[in-house]
Amino acid sequence: MEPVSYQAKDQDRLDATFAALADPTRRAILARLASSGQASVTELAEPFAMSQPAISKHLKVLERAGLISRGRDAQRRPSRLEAEPLAQASEWLERHRRLWEGNFERLDALLDDMKDKTREKGEHR
Amino acid sequence: MTTTGTLEVTTPSEREIAMTRVFDAPASMVFDAWTKPELLKRWLGVRNGWEMAVCEVDLKVGGAYRWVWRGPDGNEMGMGGVYREIVRPERLVATEKFDDACAWYPGEALDTITLVEHDGKTTLTTTVLFESQEARDVALQSDGWSSGVAESYDVLDELLASD
Repeated sequence: MEPVSYQAKDQDRLDATFAALADPTRRAILARLASSGQASVTELAEPFAMSQPAISKHLKVLERAGLISRGRDAQRRPSRLEAEPLAQASEWLERHRRLWEGNFERLDALLDDMKDKTREKGEHR
Repeated sequence: MTTTGTLEVTTPSEREIAMTRVFDAPASMVFDAWTKPELLKRWLGVRNGWEMAVCEVDLKVGGAYRWVWRGPDGNEMGMGGVYREIVRPERLVATEKFDDACAWYPGEALDTITLVEHDGKTTLTTTVLFESQEARDVALQSDGWSSGVAESYDVLDELLASD
C-alpha cells in the first residue's frame, strides 16, 4: 500500500523464486543442497518416493528461478544451491515488513489515543 | 499465537503476501482506524514528511476509495480501489491499484483484512493477493495456501543461515 520502488525485472524474478519455493518437494531439495553442497539427480531422488524424471522436473523449475545451478557434466549434472535469489526474496519481505512496522506503530499510538478519548467519554461506540 | 506488537509477514502463495499483527484495542477501533479518513491520515504511510493529501472513502460495497500521499519534495503517490465486502468490525475486502506513475507492481490486487477480538485485543490479518492470469479466486478460496507459507519462509531463513 506504500511505495517500494523496484524494477519489473525484479518482480518477475521474485515471482519465480516464490513460485519455486511454494512446493514442499522443492523446498526439501533446497534444504538438502544447503547441507550437502551439491548432488546428482539420483542422489536427490533417493529420499523421495519419486521418479528421477519427476525430480528432474522440480530441478528445472528451481534452475529457471535461479535457485540452483547445474554442472556441465552431461552424465551427472550435479545441482548446486544459488544464494542470491533467496537473499533477494528475503530482503524484499524484510523491506515490506519494516514499512508496515512503521505504519502499525503509528496505528498503536492512534489506538491509544482513541482509547483515552473513549475513557474520557465513559463510553465506547 | 502472535504477541502484541510482533509483525509476521508471510507469503501464503506465490501471489500473496500476508501480515498478522495484534493490537491492544477492540476490533471496532482498529476497523475505524482503517476506514475513517480522519483516522487513516494519522498513521497510514505518513512518515519521513509524507502526508496523505487526499483521503476519500466511500465505505459501502461498490464504493470507491482514493488515497494520495504527498512527500516533502512535492512528489505524489496515489492509489485507490473499490470496496467489495464490509463487515464491521470483522472483515474488509477491497481492490487496490496504484497510479501508473508510481505502480510498484503490475495490475490490481485484492486486499482482505480480518479482525478477531479476544480479551480486548485484536488480531489483524491482512492479505494482499496480486493479479495473475490463473484463477486467483480459486487460490483465495482454497485452504491449501495457508499451511506451506510460514514454512517456506522458515526454510528460506534456514537456507540463508546455512549458506
